[in-house]
Amino acid sequence: MVRLGFLIVSVALLLSLCDGASGVERFPPPEFESGYELPSPTTPSPRQDIYEYVDTIVLLLALVVGSYLVLKKRSRSAIFALMIFSLLYFGFWRHGCICSIGAIQNVTLSIFDHSYAIPVTVVLFFLLPLVFTLFFGRVFCAAVCPLGAMQDFVLLKPVSVPVWLENGLRLFAYVYLGFAILFAATGSAFIICRYDPFVSFFRLGGNINILIFGACVLLVAVFVGRPYCRFLCPYGVILRQFSRISRRRVRIAPDECIHCKLCADACPFGAIREPTAEWTGRDYIVAKKRLAFLLVLLPVLILAGGWAGAKINNVTARMHPMVRLAERVYLEDTGEVEGTTDPSTAFRTTGRETEDLYAEASQIREKFGFGGWLLGGFVGLVVGLKLVGLSVRRTRTDYEADRASCLACGRCFEYCPQEHARRKKSEQAFDQKR
Amino acid sequence: MMAKDKDSITRRHFLRDGLWGGCLAGVGVVAGFLVGRLRKNDTVWQIDPYTCIACGNCATYCVLEESAVKCMHAHAVCGYCTICFGFFGPEPADINEGAENQVCPTGAIKRSFVEDPYYEYTIDESLCNGCGKCVKGCNTFGNGSLFLQVRHDRCLNCNECSIAAACPSQAFKRVPADKPYLLKTVGHA
Repeated sequence: MVRLGFLIVSVALLLSLCDGASGVERFPPPEFESGYELPSPTTPSPRQDIYEYVDTIVLLLALVVGSYLVLKKRSRSAIFALMIFSLLYFGFWRHGCICSIGAIQNVTLSIFDHSYAIPVTVVLFFLLPLVFTLFFGRVFCAAVCPLGAMQDFVLLKPVSVPVWLENGLRLFAYVYLGFAILFAATGSAFIICRYDPFVSFFRLGGNINILIFGACVLLVAVFVGRPYCRFLCPYGVILRQFSRISRRRVRIAPDECIHCKLCADACPFGAIREPTAEWTGRDYIVAKKRLAFLLVLLPVLILAGGWAGAKINNVTARMHPMVRLAERVYLEDTGEVEGTTDPSTAFRTTGRETEDLYAEASQIREKFGFGGWLLGGFVGLVVGLKLVGLSVRRTRTDYEADRASCLACGRCFEYCPQEHARRKKSEQAFDQKR
Repeated sequence: MMAKDKDSITRRHFLRDGLWGGCLAGVGVVAGFLVGRLRKNDTVWQIDPYTCIACGNCATYCVLEESAVKCMHAHAVCGYCTICFGFFGPEPADINEGAENQVCPTGAIKRSFVEDPYYEYTIDESLCNGCGKCVKGCNTFGNGSLFLQVRHDRCLNCNECSIAAACPSQAFKRVPADKPYLLKTVGHA
């Protein structure tokens, strides 16, 4: 009997399906006689805006305290304490989102997409570390960034990376920045967020592939100091350039360097540069020729990069969901593939014209073509400038922290005999005053 | 020689200062530009229930172990059917609350008798995993009163929502935080 009733209802339902549309009111809502009251849906509110302002204020305070600790207090343990605080607050408490690194993408999108409005906290997360770097060097990297803190925390057995490898690997960060901006500008994806190695640790769960990637980065970070910061971080790329010209910077020896080389051995990031040797006349001639060659090569590299970048636009454009959808719909329509996917089914139920979709996809492709030129040119420029930078002569009389590479972690302070002498002196002066 | 060295140092300093000022000005320009693009209200992720195709990605793509997306029920739209395809599978063995008859893999929908011939269906949110199987059934055969929504007591409001990136119908969008839900209502086209 139940079966029969079920069958009748099913047939009735199937007939009603002939309307075509889904979610229509096939059955009029009943009028109850028993005094039944409709339950109303619960709608729990999102997190209050005010907490985001609290985050921004904590960021500002951490940057101020960090700058003081790096430049005035010169204490590794205090910097480490602040770093742990940032790891706990921005990382595990705030789940690592929003972060300054990812904010690059929001800023890019808001520049290119006029309909995108950017939250004020994201703007501040992007700009505050930049301004602080212009004044005080990379204190953000040292003690505020939770990703840096995570890696610094596990750095137990640092090995030194050869200079050529270091310089080569660093190019990845520039390429990563370029792609992140390209994909954000075209509204395709936020790849920095998608491939953030530690955010799944902060949230205590996430995509298994990203968890494995994060675990690998952490494992490498035990031996190679901060691999993400040095070889991948796209925000670090910007901070590097700003740190080159910062007003203040990390000084290893408080006054006079005695060339003991202890700091260079202590730095796990290979950021300390030796005093340079004198050049002979012959060296000059060779270097001049090489520099001239590289300067001529620079525009060639830019053009070659741009050309190559434009060539791969068919591949990069697939990062955009609309392009992927258009390709799939095209393949289905021409009968090259069997069946449908969720996106193509969803597209067909909207009743939108296929031509319309193709037009949108080819417009996005064009953007990628132009963006590919810019991206490739940028990579060419970076490679060229790197080569030029390597062949320009620098003079250093003391051991110095490289302005771009120094992460201001403060390890070298503890190793400098001059610093120890200074501390002793200031302690004595303090005792005498008492 | 000495004088030349001194000269070159000043030139370098001048260049560096100029570059520094330029960078600061650049940051200022970006800041100024972004101020023009500021958002008045904060926004949160939400699903447009009329675009959602209940594909099931919400249950698996959320960064949370238990998805922030849950099923909601617009009782005003519901037909209170005796045989609800949001509750029963396509070919139920019997019309009762036995687990083998239910479409919900976690048994999160409660069916209770109201009055003849009407049954009330409510969602136990602690059990719901946001898979949308019931939504699909209800949309296909019923009034479409079951629908998926991002629950904001759970959502982390990620910068890039993982589910939004995997959504096949672009149903995810950012909505103002003071109106964080897109509920189904009676009489919507």
